[in-house]
Amino acid sequence: MQKLLLLGDEAIAQGALDAGLSGIYAYPGTPSTEITEFVQKSKYASEQGIHSQWSSNEKTAMETALGMSYAGKRAMVCMKHVGLNVAADPFVNSAITGANGGLIVVSADDPSMHSSQNEQDSRFFGKFALMPILEPSNQQEAYDMVHYGFDLSEKYLIPVLMRITTRMAHSRAGVVRREVRKQNEAHLPSDLRQFVLLPAIARRRYKHLLSNYPHFVAESEKSPFNQYIDGHDKSRGIIVCGLAYNYLMENYPDREVPHPVVRIGQYPLPKNMIEKLVDACDEILVVEDGYPMVEELLKGYLGVGLTVKGRLDGTIPRDGELNPNILAAALGLEDTFGLPIPSLVVGRPPMLCSGCPHIDSYGALNEALSMLAKGRVFSDIGCYTLGALHPYEAINSCVDMGASITMAKGAADAGMIPAVAVIGDSTFTHSGMTGLLDAVVENSPITVLILDNATTAMTGGQDSAAMGRIEDICKGLGVEEDHIRVVRPLKKNHDEFVRILEEELAYQGVSVIIPRRECIVAIDKRMRDKFKNKKTATT
Amino acid sequence: MKKDIILAGVGGQGILSIAAVIGYTALEQGMFLKQSEVHGMSQRGGDVMSNLRISHNEIASDLIPFGQADIIIAVEPLESLRYLPYLSKDGWLISSSTPFNNIPNYPDIEEVLNAVRGIPHHLLLDADTMAKEAGSVKAANIVILGASAPFLGMDFELLENAIRVIFGKKGDRVVDLNLNALKAGKEFAELHQKN
Ligand SMILES: Cc1ncc(C[n+]2csc(CCOP(=O)(O)OP(=O)(O)O)c2C)c(N)n1
Ligand code: SF4
Repeated sequence: MQKLLLLGDEAIAQGALDAGLSGIYAYPGTPSTEITEFVQKSKYASEQGIHSQWSSNEKTAMETALGMSYAGKRAMVCMKHVGLNVAADPFVNSAITGANGGLIVVSADDPSMHSSQNEQDSRFFGKFALMPILEPSNQQEAYDMVHYGFDLSEKYLIPVLMRITTRMAHSRAGVVRREVRKQNEAHLPSDLRQFVLLPAIARRRYKHLLSNYPHFVAESEKSPFNQYIDGHDKSRGIIVCGLAYNYLMENYPDREVPHPVVRIGQYPLPKNMIEKLVDACDEILVVEDGYPMVEELLKGYLGVGLTVKGRLDGTIPRDGELNPNILAAALGLEDTFGLPIPSLVVGRPPMLCSGCPHIDSYGALNEALSMLAKGRVFSDIGCYTLGALHPYEAINSCVDMGASITMAKGAADAGMIPAVAVIGDSTFTHSGMTGLLDAVVENSPITVLILDNATTAMTGGQDSAAMGRIEDICKGLGVEEDHIRVVRPLKKNHDEFVRILEEELAYQGVSVIIPRRECIVAIDKRMRDKFKNKKTATT
Repeated sequence: MKKDIILAGVGGQGILSIAAVIGYTALEQGMFLKQSEVHGMSQRGGDVMSNLRISHNEIASDLIPFGQADIIIAVEPLESLRYLPYLSKDGWLISSSTPFNNIPNYPDIEEVLNAVRGIPHHLLLDADTMAKEAGSVKAANIVILGASAPFLGMDFELLENAIRVIFGKKGDRVVDLNLNALKAGKEFAELHQKN
């Protein structure tokens, strides 16, 4: 069949389409976004009626996909690693309810934090939930694992976690497709109480999950993605997870590793394979992107018995993404390095675009707050987080999506009055609404700026679920109409904007100010799409 | 044949187009390819880089090891220096001399260019002016690609063909100006390539 050049993300999406997917559910997040976008752009997907619209957050995405699985069809959920925190409740419980139609959850980790606030390792969530985990080492495997994952999910009626990293998601390579499989017919679970987690049923379901776990281990032993590769030098055995295999091989141009190697692409760990390695070798080197999960497991807390090397003993750096040079050092091979970076080279951090509406909002906010003590602006995650940097230096927090409003409320509860929250439109509907309700219930003296740039800009400009709904949502939650103010953030409106801010900062209750002007990159994209459509319509 | 290439620049300067042309050519020749990109934060005027690896044999790592890149192709001089740890002893650095100055502390440009001139194998060219002469300053990235052509180990006609395919949707004018830009870059390299 035909060979396509695909990003890891795209390979997963193509794999899902070819394996009989009925719906993909996601909230955007680097580096996972392109999976869903690939399905959204696919003509085949729209012809087949495959669902691909964005969800308002990862929890709603996970639950909706679980609903599709309940109805017997195959579903995929995609998110960045921190999205799995948001979706954790349905995720963990879905292992207990189990699935009906095949269900794959893709979580994209970001070792080295290329564009995230932490580098948490999603494999821990999979282990915690007692789910099988798949971790591809190249784009072809990413493609193949989707088909395999849906089969595994339907064989044991269990959701399957697929863990990828930024490098996997955003690297391109050739992928050979398989034949396309049809979608499932809708069918109910054979037991209509399977999904009812009342304690009495949940206890039964949990025992069922526990009794399945040895089968998951057995599947790992015979998985095409786990492999024992023998080597003559038994002074050391090597366990490589996911992409680590490639970095190992890079250090052996003839692809012959002298040591025995266990290559892991599926969890729970294949116990026999690992036992065989441990029995044969004097010490074990564990190489994994993310946290030292496998290493910790083998080493045990006291580290007695087995000699295990890896991130915990400093053989490999404790944090950050792996690369071939780290492996060379860990293996005691000759390392290479080019020239040092000249000292005159300075950083070039990302910045707000010139003409960005957020710039006008921060200009007005800084002026309105200039008479008050500093340090009272709680913000959130989006392009506007760049307002923390020079020259704006306008915000004092960025923790997790939605935390601006709730943290402002907590600070106001502590006597910091007025406290200010700054949140984007998409982040507001992701998880700002419930926090605003808390503030309304107690009539907390906070001023909330919902920066409405009509898009989810930070992740590349996806539709925002907030579009056209913000005032109604705020009113519905109980914010007083007089204290919902809309302003157009432009230089010429600066004085009006500052005056509105001053009035609302003085108000001893919940106010919402909505600076509304479209992101200029989004306008540009819209215009280009319009031009393109016009052109295709006339030719 | 195997080439490990670092592409460097600032968001929006078109390094992914360079990667697309080389990538297309490599695939046409039945080569393997791995290309790792940085997305996300890079959109807003930050630095961007891409690891592009092409080979007649299967490629292991998505990342090029430090000290092993055959070529650094940069569309901006300060960015060309950022990736020097990747350059191999015999590697070439090919860079535009035009600064993209969007930061308050951009170093003195003469010092930057001198640092580039200190690299054993380098080509420094005024790609912006050459692109203007070829028809549009937007083709500066393709001028740089042209200047890299002699080091890629690929037939020049195949690169030209890739330009026709990749820019074909945008019409003949865009194709022609990019072909001119590619040629101008290559001629510069042939004239100035020493060592
Ligand atoms: C739980 C979680 N999901 C997704 C993301 C990725 N992410 C960061 S900012 C952002 C969108 C921000 O959109 P908006 O609030 O409208 O602000 P804008 O970037 O448009 O200014 C997303 C999806 C994240 N950091 N955390
Ligand atoms: S992408 Fe849009 S919202 Fe983000 S900085 Fe640029 S103009 Fe502002």
